[in-house]
Amino acid sequence: MIRVLSSESMQIRTTEDVVSVRQAVRKKAVALGFGLVDQTKVVTASSELARNTLDHGGGGTARIEVLENERRSGLRLTFEDQGPGIEDIQRALSDGYTSGGGMGLGLGGSKRLSHEFDIKSQPGMGTTVSILRWK
Amino acid sequence: MERIPILKMGDYLLITIQVDMHDKLALTLQNDLTEQIVRHKSKGILIDISALEIVDSFIGRMLGIIASMSRLLDAETVVVGMQPAVAITLVELGLSMKGIRTALNVEKGMAVLRATLGEQEYDGDSSSQF
Repeated sequence: MIRVLSSESMQIRTTEDVVSVRQAVRKKAVALGFGLVDQTKVVTASSELARNTLDHGGGGTARIEVLENERRSGLRLTFEDQGPGIEDIQRALSDGYTSGGGMGLGLGGSKRLSHEFDIKSQPGMGTTVSILRWK
Repeated sequence: MERIPILKMGDYLLITIQVDMHDKLALTLQNDLTEQIVRHKSKGILIDISALEIVDSFIGRMLGIIASMSRLLDAETVVVGMQPAVAITLVELGLSMKGIRTALNVEKGMAVLRATLGEQEYDGDSSSQF
């Protein structure tokens, strides 16, 4: 069973907010005792998803949660926007697909950088992406 | 206004990125750099990213754009000093940084530029012939 030890929400409205999210995720990862490579992976994934929230979702929120189960602790990051949503999630997950002039690596890349990945989206209803990285 | 300093080192320009990059800063850097390449007729650009704790696709794209712009202005770009954890993460992210030359540090980056440009070593004084 997963227990949530702490939860913190941040607004993503500007490119500076993306930087703040990154720094907050780094701080939590360090506090949890993540190794340098794991820190780098989860911070990079958070940067990709925060930027997606800003660029494609028109801004939104990031929630940073510290979790634990019977065996280990982890970091869950949830990015939520009320933007246009994603019509074809499978296509959005494939590398190189982009609607916003980026490189199209954000979703697929952050999935690869995480242990668990979840996306919910409907056209007109916004998008919620959640990733989990265990220590 | 916040900006990233560009140092002139002989025929080369050295940019050390030490702050968390965001859009406006990246655009300012592109403007400043292209201006300086033209002003100093620089043939080589070294971008030191050893202080960067992460490189995401935004920064990767920015480095690619800088390399392309510089190439159009007849200057070669070498990205130096990438941290090992960043390299591991970039591959998993799927960012191969194709078309961007890299070297382990500034010194090795200078050697790459010298070899590429087929120039004599810049010795830091003005004794060389014009």
